[in-house]
Amino acid sequence: MSVNKERKRAAGVPDYSFPDEQGHFGPYGGLFVGETLMESIEELNEAYQKYMVDPEFLAELDADLQDYVGRPSPLYHAERLSKELGGAQIYLKREDLNHTGAHKVNNTIGQVLLAKRMGKTRIIAETGAGQHGVATATVAARLGLECVVYMGEEDIKRQSPNVYRMKLLGATVVSVTSGSRTLKDALNEALRDWVTNIDDTYYIIGTVAGPHPYPAMVRDFQTIIGREAREQILEKTGKLPDALVACVGGGSNAIGLFYPFIGDDNVEIYGVEAAGLGVDTDKHSAPLCAGRPGVLHGNRTYLMADDDGQIIETHSISAGLDYPGVGPEHSWLKDIGRVEYVNIKDDEALKGFHDLTRIEGIIPALESSHAVAFAQKFAPTMTKDQTIIVNLSGRGDKDIFTIAKLEGIEL
Amino acid sequence: MSRLDKCFEGLRETKQKALVPFITAGDPDAGFTLACMHKMVDAGVDIIELGVPFSDPMADGPVIQKASERALAAGMSLKGVFQIVKKFRIENQSTPIILMGYLNPIEFMGYAAFSEQAAVAGVDGVLIVDIPPEESADLLEELKKNQLASIYLLAPTSPKHRIQRVAEIASGYIYYVSLKGVTGAGNLQLDDVRNKLAEIKKQTSLPLAIGFGVKSPEIAAEIAKIGDAVVVGSALIQSITNNPDNAEKAQQEIFNLLSSMRTAMDAVTQ
Repeated sequence: MSVNKERKRAAGVPDYSFPDEQGHFGPYGGLFVGETLMESIEELNEAYQKYMVDPEFLAELDADLQDYVGRPSPLYHAERLSKELGGAQIYLKREDLNHTGAHKVNNTIGQVLLAKRMGKTRIIAETGAGQHGVATATVAARLGLECVVYMGEEDIKRQSPNVYRMKLLGATVVSVTSGSRTLKDALNEALRDWVTNIDDTYYIIGTVAGPHPYPAMVRDFQTIIGREAREQILEKTGKLPDALVACVGGGSNAIGLFYPFIGDDNVEIYGVEAAGLGVDTDKHSAPLCAGRPGVLHGNRTYLMADDDGQIIETHSISAGLDYPGVGPEHSWLKDIGRVEYVNIKDDEALKGFHDLTRIEGIIPALESSHAVAFAQKFAPTMTKDQTIIVNLSGRGDKDIFTIAKLEGIEL
Repeated sequence: MSRLDKCFEGLRETKQKALVPFITAGDPDAGFTLACMHKMVDAGVDIIELGVPFSDPMADGPVIQKASERALAAGMSLKGVFQIVKKFRIENQSTPIILMGYLNPIEFMGYAAFSEQAAVAGVDGVLIVDIPPEESADLLEELKKNQLASIYLLAPTSPKHRIQRVAEIASGYIYYVSLKGVTGAGNLQLDDVRNKLAEIKKQTSLPLAIGFGVKSPEIAAEIAKIGDAVVVGSALIQSITNNPDNAEKAQQEIFNLLSSMRTAMDAVTQ
């Protein structure tokens, strides 16, 4: 049975079968890389197809997810927040409680097991906010593998605690000074490393972007979020949720939650992009809401670019959403109308951050705060017997310096 | 007969190998590029590869990345590149010009509009780094309609089935990437290149160009012994990088390096 069919069956999705064998989600996705990378990608694809249906591999993955990551993560009924909003009941999928504090580890732990089976001894990764870098450095340390993380010079300044964490974990953090010195440039640099050190190196991409098979593979590792949430909500409420909400940068936490519900027509799905100062300004990171399709980093997807096709600099208060592209499957889910993509501005996300912290005693990552903020807007339009699952993709400890600085406080 | 075919035919008659310089269009400005193209022809080059600058040049090393950044900062665009080629063709109708770059600017312009405008401007072929044969069908159709050669890359890691696939759809020439890495990287290993070229030649009769890591007349001459064309890029652009305020000196350095490569190559083939 193909990986697709197996995953679909596990996810309970009968009619949705993407990507195709070449990695296409309709016109999106695919494999747009130079010939120098093709052989490695074919090798990776073969390993992915083989091990994702290998009972021994899946058993090892499940055991690691349970004992090392701490899964299943709880589905928490945010009663006070729900009550205050006076609408739908809000449930938080607590990915912030995972080891390393975000959903990112679900993917890195899967990919590093794959790397080990492929006989690779060196791990590389790109990182924006540093969460994926930390999650990669963590799993590399655990398996005793060399780890190099590429991070934009700008992001290194914004996220110094995570840089230090990676170094503690034994990773080398390389400051990327090309282009806009952010996540997209870190990705370019990681690709350059990969093509240079192709024999011993495995590239762990942190989101559902990149060339095929990454978008499908990262999704498959992240669907644990949605599979658990589906069981948990049925157990707690006896019915499926009325809506799902997750923030979308590259979109891995979102697709992880959404995917197992795609076939459930009555479940409304909302992906929340970062509007920065507003999608009508030039300071945002919302390609699905305000971009157009193009090709970047190995796949066709919605992008933020100028009329000449040059990628433009993006802005978001949250480093993890500050990316000019988005996973190709989100582009497809937008076009077929299965997911509605909305956006939340910096100040709205900040309010969500403070509200959740004060009302529920949970400090959310600024990325996840975008999802919280949209739920705050949306829940009051629903009735009290309806439910929303919000993916709390990460914890906000890493962001307290950014928040403090905005409020003029020196930590 | 196309300009490219004519070029390789002429070289066979004179027992020469093609010398193919690469510079980024618009680096540091359009006027420099145009003047430099003519100067390179004077130095004895046969084909010119013109880089279309892109904000995210994933396959390029630091030298060409910076060239791209300089060109974009000076306002270069795909349309600007066509303008340069048009002006070049006023004086030179014989030297083939290949555009080399990344897919997104072409996606945004549209494959049909791109191909038509490129052909009208006097472009002869296109090499897009990040579009493998698997994704090429629509673009190939438009290139073909406009008699533009579609040049593809092969790499040290390309297995037999991929060489086959490229051989089926490529035209003009095939560009062999001589090392695992990005443009301008370390030194290429001649024995490895020789062995791989022999393998590729079994599957295609197209001329084989070799690039990535060609830095000196000595390496150019060694490559000329085994391939049909020698591509040099980063080593030229380094002169532009080193002389930000002296265009004349940059062009003279480029001229000198290409002239000595020409001499060294001819010495081993003629």
